[in-house]
Amino acid sequence: MNAPQQALNGKEANNLMICEHCDTVYRRRELARGETARCLRCDAVLERHQRIGTNGMLALVLTAMVVFIQANIWPIVTLGLNGQEISTTLWGTIIMMWNDHSQVVSILAAATLFFFPLAKMLTLGWVLFFARRGERAPGFATAMTILHYVGPWTMNEVFVLGALVAIVKAHVYFDVLPNPGIFAYAVLMLLITIFASVDMRRLWDLTEAPPA
Amino acid sequence: MSSLPRAHELGLIGCHVCGLVCRDVPDLHDATCPRCGAALHRRKLGSFARTWALLIAAFFFYIPANVLPIMRTVSLGDVDDNTILSGVLELWVKGSPDLAIIVFTASIVVPMLKFLAMSLLLISAHRRTAWAQRQRAKLYRLVEFIGYWSMLDVFVVALLTALVQFGILSLVEPLPGVVFFGLTVVLTMLASMSFDPRLIWDSKETHD
Repeated sequence: MNAPQQALNGKEANNLMICEHCDTVYRRRELARGETARCLRCDAVLERHQRIGTNGMLALVLTAMVVFIQANIWPIVTLGLNGQEISTTLWGTIIMMWNDHSQVVSILAAATLFFFPLAKMLTLGWVLFFARRGERAPGFATAMTILHYVGPWTMNEVFVLGALVAIVKAHVYFDVLPNPGIFAYAVLMLLITIFASVDMRRLWDLTEAPPA
Repeated sequence: MSSLPRAHELGLIGCHVCGLVCRDVPDLHDATCPRCGAALHRRKLGSFARTWALLIAAFFFYIPANVLPIMRTVSLGDVDDNTILSGVLELWVKGSPDLAIIVFTASIVVPMLKFLAMSLLLISAHRRTAWAQRQRAKLYRLVEFIGYWSMLDVFVVALLTALVQFGILSLVEPLPGVVFFGLTVVLTMLASMSFDPRLIWDSKETHD
């Protein structure tokens, strides 16, 4: 392991940043409110000014958790036909797909709509709870690595649009009633979009490693 | 444009996971990021081979995904098997044209665009051409951004299956096409993730 020679000294490393899309090296500069740094070579976003502090982020994550519980226990839509009514929750959908010989779809839905978003919120909450005080949570590096890999696999926003399409399709034959679950999902979608746009990597700079 | 220094020219390397700027060493295997512990690479490992493999696999799944029906609706003894395209048509005729356009974009245009765009990116990066680098970089970011919206139809089928269970009167059942389609989406997502956009800029002209 040649890790020690690998590290630049702290100040040097924090002053530099590398564009992830084209490997161009930049010197870092404090961004003003609303400013976005873009790569001159490939135009990718390098860094954005962060409006929301760690406290604000933690509040958002906690809100998202409450909404997530509601989105999972409240029914999403109700169908009515000749006085009969039927409604489903997210887990109702997942279990139904499993029983209907579409286990692959069932696993995909469970992972992208339940387990990955849940893992994301719990890890983020854990990291932020300590970051508020400038500390690195136990297992910080692992948590940050999990966040990096789980990121692209949460699809709640796609599900909201899917529910909308399903409602319109079913509307041709049935009476359709949107239920609170779909609204909880819409709120969750907004919250997840907000914290997906925040660059979590700055938590490395905001927190200090515990003295070894 | 050549005045902008790139990491390898300065003997630097960026961590793929946490973004930390590290010093490049000649013997890079088993070098890890001092901050997050992830393995350091100059470029994503086996990017070309991995991306091609995933893309070709995705394309093989995409054919049955479109040919096979994804959903069966039974209503008053009338059995109707829907493919992705016939579902879009039905939505256009009976539901709302705007949603039909959204579903068409998500399930037909986006996957096709991904196949074409990723092949274009791979071939042009292979040839190390400096042609339209900025546009190619933007195309890659577009592919990454829109990729997962293709899951839309899969979720629609899942929700309708769970909802429409009125016994003999009417019934919605998922059919194998939807499984192939879900796998296509996952594989194209993995393909675009394993492609390293830095390869676009490793052209002959700027390299030496």
